Amino acid sequence: MASVDETLENPDPFLEKEGDSEHGDTDGDVRRRDFLSIAAVSFAGVGAGVVALPLINQMNPSADVLALSTTEVDLAGIEPGQAIKTSFRKQPLFVRNLTPKEIAEAEAVPLSELRDPQTLEQRTKTGHKNWLITLGVCTHLGCVPLGAGEGENKGPFGGYFCPCHGSAYDTAARIRQGPAPKNLFVPEYEFTSDTHVTVG
Amino acid sequence: MSFPWAEEYKPKHPAMQWLDQRLPLPRLVYGAIGAGYPVPRNLNYFWNFGVLAGAALAIQIITGIVLAMHYAANAGVAFDSVESIMRDVNAGWFLRYAHANGASMFFIVVYVHIFRGLYYGSYKPPREMVWMLGVVIFLLMMATAFMGYVLPWGQMSFWGAQVITGFFSAIPVVGENIRIWLLGGYAPDQAALNRFFSLHYLLPFVIAGVIILHIWALHIPGSNNPTGVEVKGPQDTVPFHPYYTAKDGVGVGVFLLVFALLLFFAPNYLGHPDNYIEANPLSTPAHIVPEWYFWPFYAILRSFTADFILPAKLWGVLAMFGSILLLFFLPWLDKSPVRSSNFRPVYRVFFWILVVDVLVLGYVGGSEATPVYLMLGQITSGYYFAHFLIILPIVSALERTRPLPNSITEAVLQGKSGSRMSETAVDGNVAPAE
Repeated sequence: MASVDETLENPDPFLEKEGDSEHGDTDGDVRRRDFLSIAAVSFAGVGAGVVALPLINQMNPSADVLALSTTEVDLAGIEPGQAIKTSFRKQPLFVRNLTPKEIAEAEAVPLSELRDPQTLEQRTKTGHKNWLITLGVCTHLGCVPLGAGEGENKGPFGGYFCPCHGSAYDTAARIRQGPAPKNLFVPEYEFTSDTHVTVG
Repeated sequence: MSFPWAEEYKPKHPAMQWLDQRLPLPRLVYGAIGAGYPVPRNLNYFWNFGVLAGAALAIQIITGIVLAMHYAANAGVAFDSVESIMRDVNAGWFLRYAHANGASMFFIVVYVHIFRGLYYGSYKPPREMVWMLGVVIFLLMMATAFMGYVLPWGQMSFWGAQVITGFFSAIPVVGENIRIWLLGGYAPDQAALNRFFSLHYLLPFVIAGVIILHIWALHIPGSNNPTGVEVKGPQDTVPFHPYYTAKDGVGVGVFLLVFALLLFFAPNYLGHPDNYIEANPLSTPAHIVPEWYFWPFYAILRSFTADFILPAKLWGVLAMFGSILLLFFLPWLDKSPVRSSNFRPVYRVFFWILVVDVLVLGYVGGSEATPVYLMLGQITSGYYFAHFLIILPIVSALERTRPLPNSITEAVLQGKSGSRMSETAVDGNVAPAE
């Protein structure tokens, strides 16, 4: 008991400072207890943040989903004027062999007329201007446009036509009419041979 | 809980006294929804809809938990497991139809509940927090309903998920990454279906928690009433039990009748035939529409067709979320000190125009986007925002309101309690204003 009383009567210098700072005496020193409190809570906060990372990251595409992120396409059987629908990252992929007439149509359009100005050259690979490879996902709300299958409605510009809200794409799959803001997306791909493409 | 004259809980049975001293749960219930909660004596049937919403949530949770015992959240078998619930599981058809139509009933009663609040000024001080918590519940309901609709993995499920997660891709720069993060892939698939199931199971309990806050916040000032006049003394109130438990019981009966009509005679009336086709990522249905309760917001989303500084698609998404977030600010947009529209002749007209506006928005949202409907949607979307941002502040500043009754009791004794929506509105001379 005696030692407790003694302590109370002779507070250590740190406690004295606490009393001083309450009276507005700011000598620039940080109170030891404030420092400890802030440090402890901050450390807990950092810990919580670190634990949150895996909890957030688990929602990103998993390894098996990422493993599907490249697709091989064999172009051998696709005649000029034909197109195939395949899938890339579980999304439809249109691979189209343009006819010379379709290429001419696409090149005849002045860029100033386009909502999302791009030339056919920019949308294809050099030396393979007839191969138009795009995602089959309308840039409006994600429907699959018509026009890749045999006998489907290609719309007023001869490319693709989205039945959902009437977006029409031309023979370079560029948006020409309707609510979609962008051209059909051209994924990254490369020709591994004259008749083989690796998408992704 | 709210007024000094509230009846105190006095358990008679020794067992209840024993419990009360150790865990006063019966005391809490007694004070919250029992004889210990004094309520204005003049509430009309529009005040049933809060309890009805609670009943609808209970139905959803019960049928949902049971359905989860038979459903498999795997993209390969989800569609088949729902068909098996319909054909093979004992009474499975009943449970699934009850859950699907129960969602519609939930939204019907919540929409009436919201418009009740708008008509009688229940969002005004001191009930702003009640209102804002209500908007939170509404947002949670929309998220829950959307994710639930994805689970059967039909064509509308899949393409609804595609379109709605596509909203997030409208966000500049990071939008596409957010979308991929939400879906756990590049298009809706196994990962998305599984997490939607997990969250669809979780969120109803979050809703239940926010409902407790909603009621807690309500019980501090007590319920609003059709006159909008504050409770002034014990003569203005009756105990919740038995008066309003009985009145709510009548409401629940009518609710169940309507629910039964829908469930047994038109279980697919509010659904889409396309959702009985299994999800196919390579083929879009000709006409994608969300469930009916999202139509007004879908119409607002589609109303933006031209780029203006920002892309049209981003405008649509901002406007759609804005149309709901706007409601958080309603208590500060409408500054009129008079709550009930029965005493606000100008606001009352605009209230009914808003009701018609939202109904037209709903009709447009459910229709195909032809130019005529698109134009109609743009006009009604514009009006929706104008109502809250322009008309309400002006009306509340300029309107000359009708004289209010001195008290609820006075209004009741004169037969003008406002318990019918128009009686006080037709005859303005209820009582001289103070």
